[in-house]
Amino acid sequence: MSRIGVFTCWCGENIARTVDVERVAEAVAQIPGVRCSVHNKYMCSDPGQTMIREKIASERLDVLVVASCSPHMHLKTFRKAAGQAGINPYLVEMSNIREHCSWVHHDKEKATEKAIQLIRLSVEKVRRNRALEPIKVPVTKRALVIGGGVAGIQAALDIADTGYEVVMVEREPSIGGKMAGLSETFPTLDCSQCILTPRMVEVGQHSRIRLYSYSEVESVDGYVGNFKVTIRQKARYVDIDKCTGCGECWNCCPLKKQLSEFDYGMGTRRAIYVPFPQAVPARPVIDKNACTKLKKGGCGLCEKKCLAKAINFKDQDKLVEELVGAIIVATGYQLYRVGQDQGKRKLSGYGEYGYGRYKDVIDSLQFERLVSASGPTGGVIKRPSDGVVPNTVVFISCVGSRDNAKGLSYCSKICCMYTAKHTMLYKHKVHEGQAHVFYMDIRAGGKNYDEFVRRAIEQDGARYHRGRVSKITEENGKLIVRGADTLAAVPLTIEADMVVLAAAMRPSDGAEELAQELGVGYDEFGFFSESHPKLRPVETNAAGVFICGACHAPKDIPEAVAQASAVAGKVQVMFGHDEMTREPEIASINEQTCAACFACVRTCPYHAIEKTEIRSPKGILVKRTARVNSGLCMGCGTCVSVCPSKSADLEGFSEQQIYSMIESLV
Amino acid sequence: MEIGYYPGCALHGSSNDYEASVHACLKALDVSLRELDDWICCGATAAHSLNHKLSIALPARNLGLAERDGFTQMLAPCPMCSMELIKAGRCLAEDPQVRKEISGIVELPVTGKTKVLNLIQVFQQVGLERLKSSVKTTLESVRAACYYGCLLTRPPETLQFDDCEQPSSMEKILEALGAKVVTWNYKTECCGAGMTMANEETVLDLSHKILSNAAAHGANCLVVACPMCHVNLDMKQGDIESRFNVRHGMVVYYLSDLVGLALGLDPQTLGIDRHFVTRPASPAQVAN
Repeated sequence: MSRIGVFTCWCGENIARTVDVERVAEAVAQIPGVRCSVHNKYMCSDPGQTMIREKIASERLDVLVVASCSPHMHLKTFRKAAGQAGINPYLVEMSNIREHCSWVHHDKEKATEKAIQLIRLSVEKVRRNRALEPIKVPVTKRALVIGGGVAGIQAALDIADTGYEVVMVEREPSIGGKMAGLSETFPTLDCSQCILTPRMVEVGQHSRIRLYSYSEVESVDGYVGNFKVTIRQKARYVDIDKCTGCGECWNCCPLKKQLSEFDYGMGTRRAIYVPFPQAVPARPVIDKNACTKLKKGGCGLCEKKCLAKAINFKDQDKLVEELVGAIIVATGYQLYRVGQDQGKRKLSGYGEYGYGRYKDVIDSLQFERLVSASGPTGGVIKRPSDGVVPNTVVFISCVGSRDNAKGLSYCSKICCMYTAKHTMLYKHKVHEGQAHVFYMDIRAGGKNYDEFVRRAIEQDGARYHRGRVSKITEENGKLIVRGADTLAAVPLTIEADMVVLAAAMRPSDGAEELAQELGVGYDEFGFFSESHPKLRPVETNAAGVFICGACHAPKDIPEAVAQASAVAGKVQVMFGHDEMTREPEIASINEQTCAACFACVRTCPYHAIEKTEIRSPKGILVKRTARVNSGLCMGCGTCVSVCPSKSADLEGFSEQQIYSMIESLV
Repeated sequence: MEIGYYPGCALHGSSNDYEASVHACLKALDVSLRELDDWICCGATAAHSLNHKLSIALPARNLGLAERDGFTQMLAPCPMCSMELIKAGRCLAEDPQVRKEISGIVELPVTGKTKVLNLIQVFQQVGLERLKSSVKTTLESVRAACYYGCLLTRPPETLQFDDCEQPSSMEKILEALGAKVVTWNYKTECCGAGMTMANEETVLDLSHKILSNAAAHGANCLVVACPMCHVNLDMKQGDIESRFNVRHGMVVYYLSDLVGLALGLDPQTLGIDRHFVTRPASPAQVAN
């Protein structure tokens, strides 16, 4: 028979206002097995904890119930206090009489009765608790970074500079992400590439960063501290170790008219190409859908020209495995494809803007390439249809965002700022030009942000019209933009030479599939979910998986970088220990009674249960059974509820405990 | 194929040329139309601007008649009628309470299960292949500007027909018949519709823009599937020309006119001779 101690807390007035704590303590003392029932105004305070330690010694208690707030708040506190007095921490239970009782009730009489019953339950539970030891898991001190945009680069460098190895996987032929294609950045108008490319080079040259470019994560197995990641290296047809990046191949390639992905179709490249001059690695890739040799034999000019013998037309996808302890997702964003199908989500709004039909209606990333010195026009703003410098440009914000009817309900957050920036860059290059902006609201929260927008309006003369555009048509080489100025309450028609659509940020293609592979939550739009919006903003609900940058939500460069460094900090904390401890309150399967139906394998949300075979020493199959991987199990108990043979049970929450709790009430 | 037919006011009145055209054309395609017995007004613009319940009940009465007569599908060639019928049908299908109340008002059990079609959808059911193989006179001299107006595609959540901003279903039908179609900008703009009674100037102004834009993009005819659009663009064309001191001379066809001509029907049968702008009398003469 256990010697049970019950410690009931007033929580100042929080509990005592609606629960008669003294009466509770008296009533609880009558429960068989309870040797000591006391109360304190603040049990979590130093005197409160001292009281617990003293009572453990004087009353020779061996299990404890603390009736106070939520275990999320103070379970660790009380387990630590008990531990100091020599009691196994897992023999301490909490009874939540604050959130579950005093805060939600008014009737003091009934609330007091309920508090007594809640404690009675905990007493029944703690009676059957077993002493447990935390699970220790070794940590592989290497991190995987998925995505080589500015967020991924920042996280990788921060971690590698601390002395840990990093594996970076980038889907495109070069790292750099969206930022590499931007012209200048708000609110300082400093050159995006000038900031980013040195960081890209650092990644490429870092002795502790292994870069897999033109590669994708194929699958992830294992658990926190010990992930096994399979990476698909897509066939590049160029051996990047042999290649010197001399450029003979892409200069001789006769297929000059391939649309450049890096320029969002505004410029061209060859069939063998480096996406942009500062690419890392500065090695070409062959577009297998364009290359004559790969499509139908013939040509092969690049192979002949390559002195390093780096071209390999027989190249194939390769799968490689890497072991890592932490995974950082930095897969970034893509723009809402205006007026086109968005894949699964069936968003195809804004046909009225004629994007895709009128060459001079472009999206904001395309405009970035037009303004960029490294862009297809060398930084001269020429409209795509005929190369004429536009005299009037209309910018439309909130295309796809903040629109429940046709688009996405969320605010894309950065569009107000970059649209203001676009009007400035345009004015700085085309002095006689006039920029017009149609907007819903101007959201310029951030350091020096609102000042920046005011500058665009007051100094650079952008005309802001509060209202939406209903239709864009093309007449005699002009784009007729019809909209409304709702502040002046007049319909407005502007004859423009070019229109730029500030399309909403959406998660990259494949983000949802990756989230599923990693067991990370995501929202209805496909953005990765953080573990706690305030206190755990870069962790996810999958242990060891972290998120940063625009894969989490629309955000600008400073915010993405700050988040990336935060992730690096979290990973460093994790790698600062040789072993990780995990809570031992996890599931187990009785392999004697398991009928191998594997219902638990299918329902486990953490993929923590595997099918296994028991064999005799001679290798003869004795039986099949399910087995819990203690590194992965989060102790949710789903397996217990689905097991038809009652072979699954949860440590610290056994079926026996639950039944006896129920029995104590009826 | 036999389907129900709801003519609405226009096709029995000022737009009986449209009715002649629809009947002749569909007959040639072996689609027989059975007119709804004892049909009443769909409510048009008047009902829904006055009384929501009335705007459901009027079309619901017609849907009830269609259900009584066992029509699973019913053609309403006027887009205002088809929109009102579909809207009412959805209200009824979605809400049992509405169904009960409205059935009581119209004194007919009505569930809203009859599928209401516009003219384009009937041609889609006939099938582009069938149309192609039935062509007797190819429409190669036709350069059509397909005009959908407001109601063929709107409101999109009610109609769920074609892309409401960039529709292309009429174009596909005409191209199957060998006609050329032009890309232009006023496909879904308003012609002024019923403002023709209250404020004719608005109609003349809007319709003038439509006619001018079609011509500017190389069209030699407009193609509509709405009696109201036809009135404003065809009958009012003379007034537009004198008001703006221009000469449009733009023939305005119903979609069924061109399909009928391609099938070898003569313009009189299709009622084309009753249009106000009638210059080209046969497809061969369409392009002057």
